[in-house]
Amino acid sequence: MMGDRPSPPRAMSSAATTSPSVDKVDGFSRKSVRKAKQKRSQSSSQFRSQGKPIELTPLPLLKDVPAPEQPELFLKKLQQCCTVFDFMDTLSDLKMKEYKRSTLNELVDYVTVSRGYLTEQAYPEVVKMVSHNIFRTLPPSDSNEFDPEEDEPTLEASWPHLQLVYEFFIRFLESQEFQPSIAKKYIDQKFVLQLLELFDSEDPRERDYLKTVLHRIYGKFLGLRAFIRKQINNIFLRFVYETEHFNGVAELLEILGSIINGFALPLKAEHKQFLVKVLIPLHTVRSLSLFHAQLAYCIVQFLEKDPTLTEPVIRGLLKFWPKTCSQKEVMFLGELEEILDVIEPTQFVKIQEPLFKQISRCVSSPHFQVAERALYYWNNEYIMSLIEENSSVILPIMFANLYRISKEHWNPAIVALVYNVLKAFMEMNSTLFDELTASYKSDRQREKKKEKEREELWKKLEDLELKRGLRSDGIIPT
Amino acid sequence: MAGADGDDSLYPIAVLIDELRNEDVQLRLNSIKKLSTIALALGVERTRTELLPFLTDTIYDEDEVLLALAEQLGNFTMLVGGPEYVHCLLPPLESLATVEETVVRDKAVESLRKISQEHSPVDLEVHFEPLVKRLASGDWFTSRTSACGLFSVCYPRVSSTVKAEIRQHFRTLCSDDTPMVRRAAASKLGEFAKVLELDYVKSDIISLFTALASDEQDSVRLLAVEACVSIATLLPQEDLETLVMPTLRQAAEDKSWRVRYMVADKFSELQKAVGPEITKNDLVPAFQNLLKDCEAEVRAAAANKVKEFCENLPEDNREQIIMTHILPCVKELVSDTNQHVKSALASVIMGLSTILGKENTIEHLLPLFLAQLKDECPEVRLNIISNLDCVNEVIGIRQLSQSLLPAIVELAEDAKWRVRLAIIEYMPLLAGQLGVEFFDEKLNTLCMAWLIDHVYAIREAATCNLMKLVEKFGAEWAQNTIVPKVLGMANDPNYLHRMTTLFCINALSEVCGQEITTKQMLPVVVKMASDQVANVRFNVAKSLQKIGPVLDNNALQTQVKPVLEQLKADSDMDVKYFAQEALTVLALA
Repeated sequence: MMGDRPSPPRAMSSAATTSPSVDKVDGFSRKSVRKAKQKRSQSSSQFRSQGKPIELTPLPLLKDVPAPEQPELFLKKLQQCCTVFDFMDTLSDLKMKEYKRSTLNELVDYVTVSRGYLTEQAYPEVVKMVSHNIFRTLPPSDSNEFDPEEDEPTLEASWPHLQLVYEFFIRFLESQEFQPSIAKKYIDQKFVLQLLELFDSEDPRERDYLKTVLHRIYGKFLGLRAFIRKQINNIFLRFVYETEHFNGVAELLEILGSIINGFALPLKAEHKQFLVKVLIPLHTVRSLSLFHAQLAYCIVQFLEKDPTLTEPVIRGLLKFWPKTCSQKEVMFLGELEEILDVIEPTQFVKIQEPLFKQISRCVSSPHFQVAERALYYWNNEYIMSLIEENSSVILPIMFANLYRISKEHWNPAIVALVYNVLKAFMEMNSTLFDELTASYKSDRQREKKKEKEREELWKKLEDLELKRGLRSDGIIPT
Repeated sequence: MAGADGDDSLYPIAVLIDELRNEDVQLRLNSIKKLSTIALALGVERTRTELLPFLTDTIYDEDEVLLALAEQLGNFTMLVGGPEYVHCLLPPLESLATVEETVVRDKAVESLRKISQEHSPVDLEVHFEPLVKRLASGDWFTSRTSACGLFSVCYPRVSSTVKAEIRQHFRTLCSDDTPMVRRAAASKLGEFAKVLELDYVKSDIISLFTALASDEQDSVRLLAVEACVSIATLLPQEDLETLVMPTLRQAAEDKSWRVRYMVADKFSELQKAVGPEITKNDLVPAFQNLLKDCEAEVRAAAANKVKEFCENLPEDNREQIIMTHILPCVKELVSDTNQHVKSALASVIMGLSTILGKENTIEHLLPLFLAQLKDECPEVRLNIISNLDCVNEVIGIRQLSQSLLPAIVELAEDAKWRVRLAIIEYMPLLAGQLGVEFFDEKLNTLCMAWLIDHVYAIREAATCNLMKLVEKFGAEWAQNTIVPKVLGMANDPNYLHRMTTLFCINALSEVCGQEITTKQMLPVVVKMASDQVANVRFNVAKSLQKIGPVLDNNALQTQVKPVLEQLKADSDMDVKYFAQEALTVLALA
């Protein structure tokens, strides 16, 4: 009965099975030397002064005592499980570690199948046991430049126990007997705050459990919802503007994705502010690729709720458009296409000019993946129909770059795509197309002339500065 | 207006503003960077009445442009007509101080701090302080964060009523409900304490300090540690025990390693701030704990401070404290499991020898140095070797040389070229300390072996190393020991080694002087002009150009010129090019 439990309900991350130490060739860099080390404990500062072996008195199995005695025994077992072991020391307390593991297993089973176990006294004990086990200061990351895409995550050493504690907690929250009205005394703001801090854990398995836990808490404790949203805001703002480091951004966004779904209309100002002041700036972070899918999902959710937000969102993306990182630029283009897929034609008209100025720049990017991604828009039927409706505005914006690229882009695939786009435009609006072709040269000349005038203006201004500077020995005349 | 010779009308504001509005960000950025030129063209009055309102109204742009603007405005006082008009700059800077992007905001605050000094006391109260208050009670966290940096610049110059208001605002921000603002307040706490009257430091600052130091977020608590240094410096010694120490003790044992790290990192400053008595009673045990911390990051930070901490201990029982309390911890760190800890220790441990004197060093420290010289991690060994000078002064390097040599040889032959590179860089230092005899006997072969290393960077560093050695040991030494070997390589079958000869000559000719260069080096260079590899030949041309100034005119005319003429007619275009260049530079053409 106990053997088939607990089955981790969520997909186990592949990270769980990969080896932690792959030595790089150049062993001199910090990175590869540290890689040679064993996995490290995430149980940080918990074991400062524990030298003594831990003794727990074995208790009978819950199923072996009569039903009336079970709640009392349940509490005792919870208290025993508050004891935390040092998993970095793989030799110490082996027996007791195994005892705690089997007790936790039993508790997981018990809360899943038993009825009438959840007395009012049990709530504080459950929360206490969970807090003792999961709340801890996360250890330093192995390296300052930890790259979650490249580096192996550090796995939590005490996972054999921790997993069961999370498992137990989730079953407790999901149990039919669970009453939020009692639990809210113990699962409070402070509890949630500590829970949110754990999302920075490097262990993807832990973050996955945390996601479920937080989602359940958000669902069951109405009084904590605003607080949770606000704290997530703070985490994101700190991530964007202060540290650029937080491991659980993708998981938090995933939770938010489902929360946004449930927002009532009209949207509250608080939610709109979250979109514009938090979600949009998240695009600026260097590690965007790690959570971009979840972020784009949240954005689209917002726009489906309230299409009038399209303009500020697109303007925001344009403001933060990547200048040098082509990989990010491709992600932006992908997200923009998702937005355009759901855009209303009336919204499209409002934003088309700045939008297509940017797309025109992307199309002429020397990086072929960027150019290619932008040109793929013309394969999207809905976008095509929008472009066609507004060809008189869009074609003049796009034309010069398309024309130039068709002649001078280094990549033949891009040139071929550009020809298709030009052809499409020609079919859409041949009169305008012909006009633009005819005036292409004179337009370029006019631009050059304007450029020259600018230069002259600045030259004059600088002469003036020099003259005045000389005349007054650096003291600016009034 | 002084520029009233008619040219002002040439620059209608519209044209200039057009530049600031240009569609291309780069052009817009360039225009903003030349904002002072635009202001100059407009004159002070129109700058105040037309340009600044425009700037204030149109602040929605790329952060890069805003950053440039925030910086420019800090230097604008003269352009708006001097200190009496400086308050005109406040509206645009106020908007910039509320922007999300941290760098923009910080720059705006920096500019505001700068121009605050140019305000008269009256203007400060009429214009500047209200701005600070508005920011401090802003809706979004960004403006409140910015406000934190402005209190300390206006506080000293305003009336006592306004001072009370400022203190109240600061107090409010210290308990703001967003951690971003509390962090900003905590980071300015020390600075603010410095401008407050001592009574208020005791009554206001201490309670804020205590609250921030026990904040629920460790990112706030650790900033309070920084403030601790300033606050402790301000208070009289007798108040420290009751007002500061409880909090500091708590920080040193904080459950978050980040806070303990901060304590370790600031340890020397804290030590100076609290004085010798408290150091003896409190900081010594705290330091021991940090050296034994369970997190390597904390141990490494503490290890870095070992020397400074010991140096600053009160002299009367410094030795006793070190020997009984610090040294046992240091001994353990030598065999720490974490290489960063060991390497941090290795970078300072040698400094202890000057403090402990000859006998203690030989008895207690020497075994540690020797163990570290054999450490598995090259960085640890390098750090020891790079600090040999401290030991040299106390016990002389001979004590170490037996162990030093194997360590140096091993590093010199390390499989990683960066390790080899690092040890080469210490060679001149080592040579100086070990003396010429030891060097010739043990190290010279290493230095020559590096010249034929298969990594270019090593060969290059080896060349430079030879030059420094000659600077130390003199031309005569060079002539006897290294020049023959270097010139011998000119006949090597590997063209890379032949080129190394040329590179060495380039480096050595000047330090070796005219005679050696003319008699020994020049003939070799000349001979190599007919090398079959073009790369060698054009390096001959480059070498001749390089050593030319060392030679006399006769050698130049009779030996260098014909060779360069010959190379100028070479079939390879690079050889021709460099030959021509050398002829021109040496004025032989």
